[in-house]
Amino acid sequence: MIRIENRNASSRLFKFSIPIISAVVSLILAAIPLAFAGANIGEAYLVMIKGVFGSVFALSEMLTRATPLIFTGLAAAVAFRARLWNIGAEGQLYLGAMAAVSIGTGVLDISGFLLLPIIITFGCLAGALGMVVPMALKTRFGADEVVTTLLLNFIILIFLQMMLEGPLKDPMGLGWPQSAPILDQGMLPTLLTRMRVHSGLIIGLVLAVILQIFINRSIWGFKLRAVGENISAARHAGIGVNKSLLGVAICSGALAGLAGVSEVIGLKGYLTADLSPGFGYTGIVVAMLAGLSPIGVIAAALFIASVFVGADSMSRAMGVSSYLADLIVAMSLICVLIGGFVSNYKLTFTKQKKVTFK
Amino acid sequence: MNLLAQSNQMSAQKVLSLRSLSKKFGSVVANDDVSLDLHVGEILSLLGENGAGKTTLMNMLFGHYLPDEGEILITNKNNQMEPLRLGQPQAAILAGIGMVHQHFTLAENLTVFENITIGVESLWALKTNKKKAQKKIENIIERSGLVVALDEPVGRLSVGERQRVEILKALYRDARVLVLDEPTAVLTPKEADVLFDNVKAMTDNGLSVIFISHKLREVLEFSDRIVILRHGQKVGEMLTKDADEKSIAKMMVGESTPISKRVEIQVGKPLLSLENISMKGSSRRNRLVDISLKVHEHEILGIAGVSGNGQSTLAELISGLQKPDQGEVVLGTSKVKKLTPKVVVKAGIGRIPEDRHKDGIVGNMTVAENIILESLSEKSIQRFGFLNRASINSIARDLCSSYDVRGPGIHAHARLLSGGNIQKMILARVFSGNPKIILANQPTRGLDMGAASEVERRLLEARRNGSGILLISEDLDEILRLSDRVLVIHSGVLTEIENLDREQIGLMMAGETL
Repeated sequence: MIRIENRNASSRLFKFSIPIISAVVSLILAAIPLAFAGANIGEAYLVMIKGVFGSVFALSEMLTRATPLIFTGLAAAVAFRARLWNIGAEGQLYLGAMAAVSIGTGVLDISGFLLLPIIITFGCLAGALGMVVPMALKTRFGADEVVTTLLLNFIILIFLQMMLEGPLKDPMGLGWPQSAPILDQGMLPTLLTRMRVHSGLIIGLVLAVILQIFINRSIWGFKLRAVGENISAARHAGIGVNKSLLGVAICSGALAGLAGVSEVIGLKGYLTADLSPGFGYTGIVVAMLAGLSPIGVIAAALFIASVFVGADSMSRAMGVSSYLADLIVAMSLICVLIGGFVSNYKLTFTKQKKVTFK
Repeated sequence: MNLLAQSNQMSAQKVLSLRSLSKKFGSVVANDDVSLDLHVGEILSLLGENGAGKTTLMNMLFGHYLPDEGEILITNKNNQMEPLRLGQPQAAILAGIGMVHQHFTLAENLTVFENITIGVESLWALKTNKKKAQKKIENIIERSGLVVALDEPVGRLSVGERQRVEILKALYRDARVLVLDEPTAVLTPKEADVLFDNVKAMTDNGLSVIFISHKLREVLEFSDRIVILRHGQKVGEMLTKDADEKSIAKMMVGESTPISKRVEIQVGKPLLSLENISMKGSSRRNRLVDISLKVHEHEILGIAGVSGNGQSTLAELISGLQKPDQGEVVLGTSKVKKLTPKVVVKAGIGRIPEDRHKDGIVGNMTVAENIILESLSEKSIQRFGFLNRASINSIARDLCSSYDVRGPGIHAHARLLSGGNIQKMILARVFSGNPKIILANQPTRGLDMGAASEVERRLLEARRNGSGILLISEDLDEILRLSDRVLVIHSGVLTEIENLDREQIGLMMAGETL
């Protein structure tokens, strides 16, 4: 007989190791589709590892890929902690990016010391605005934020395409639907010469640390956690639930907006409608893998970026599809969810005792 | 003489025998070597505090839990004792064990008849043999006196009627042993008396009953024999005629709990007034009709009533969770424009919520965090918007020791505490704020005697110190023990009681106007 029992207190080490074990298991499971694709498995893993850690360039590429994932991962983690299901980071990312190109391409031609903070601020505000709307619908009409944030993604993407064909279109762009380039002083400095990794990464790391402290140590974070864990007890205790949720929504939206800003002014330098290959959605996986801990988001983002970059180079070298990366990421999420179950419950196998008649 | 009583006991025929049952959950011993016998036509009371192991024992009997050790014997059709297959509810039902849970397991949109017969007929039967079933049920009703209209949907029945349906369900499955888990918890005194009459009639027909209860009065009045559990062990067994209230209470709690004495105090100024409050609500449960009440300093105002007559709505109103359609709330002498939970907390209204898991605690936050949940804006808790951990921990530690909150420590999640300790933690939070007004909604529901008397002691102490207390409770004894004045609520209407007469209040709770 198999029974599910509540695990009352699972050790910290155990909880900590679950995401790591899940990540490793998902990588091991990746051998199955690799074998189906006819690749030499040992070689494939080697190429993958080299593609991520083999050179400074490879490492820089991985960190570049991790940067937006840290922002969107934080956006999801903060919101999910308060049980506010923001699925709209993708749209908020583009809102932030649009704000960046609206300001950074020549409207304000001022020194970088002023321009950069202004761009970042407006990017955050734009992202936050993208979350305030669903929040207002939620508190006013009780509309489920999962639906509204998700659907807003498509509205925003179409709005973006309209803007790139219209007001934001680069007049020198030979008709391509892309924005004018960001002014030189509006770009974030890169961290290494001739490498793509940029200081958006530093901003992301600092924000993760700050958020970690705020969620665990501040009154704001306390309220956020109370609202997330038991909204009716929080309301009963006089915590302004709607105000708390609005704060969380703004914070989450701003972080997602920042992901867009960082991609535009750190990496690309201009905006197209394919700026993000789903960073907003992947951020959800990052946050779940991180157990909704801001510091954990850093590790999870690095892992997922490694998988993507590694699988890219593997597909180039071995001729297997790079969709394998998506598969590994998906499997790691499933492994974490199973791991989360295992950390809270345990399965026990019991033999039924034979009843004897005395 | 003792021997004689025992031999008398032996002569009655056994129907069920639990032998040395033990059950552990992790490191917690829920039942430790418990044995008991049940005789034909007997009413056996199973008494014990919360967490004493009554429910675990019955769940093993009914096959919900698998015992770690021990066995259960039950008579078969040929009147021979036979071991019961353990851990299988189906086997228990076939052997003739019926269980009426505290929370009913009925389908509201089906009729009484359908609820009784559901699950008995074979899935492959092409048509139900309705006539035969109907006849059988009518026969049972006639013998037991459990009168219910068979074609009424269960959703339209009162609580007492629903309970009858549950019992009929068990009897329809040819139960010879009926387990009643706190059957009177949801009933008015009058309904309870009817239930007892019915059960007595059934036992005369050979049914054996195990009756689980907290309420000593009922147990003494109603049962033939009493078995007392404490900390999972059987600590006492006696014939009811040899038992007295004091000795049983002592066995249940292990030591004598001093019952707090209420002293007469002159009441002071009014602290909280509700003036002509009305709420439309969608049903009887959440309607209030032109309610007025005043709570004064040094006063406990008791609100008696069967649950589901507007108490929850009244409590939510005072907690600021609902706005009245009409009427006014006055705190002290000033009218409150908009009562929100925040205003309520600021005004120093301490609340012991009815559903402590839903409204009282955040289960996945620590005990320390739960204790400071309502005092986030205080200087000792926060510094520049950040939590003052050292100060919070020392506050929590002090309160846990002075309110005797036992558990894995102040840094453990609150959900890991037992029900009684959760309530003590809530008491610590409420009383440490020195509230002027206290709203205590079913404060002792589901608590064992030790924890319940602690709650009562704290309420009386607060009254002595000048607080005004609004006590909402289903437990009439508790209301009569604590209150200075009593109001009865029925269908959202409040009626003041002039002389505190048990019978009269019971009748009013059942909705009779006097």
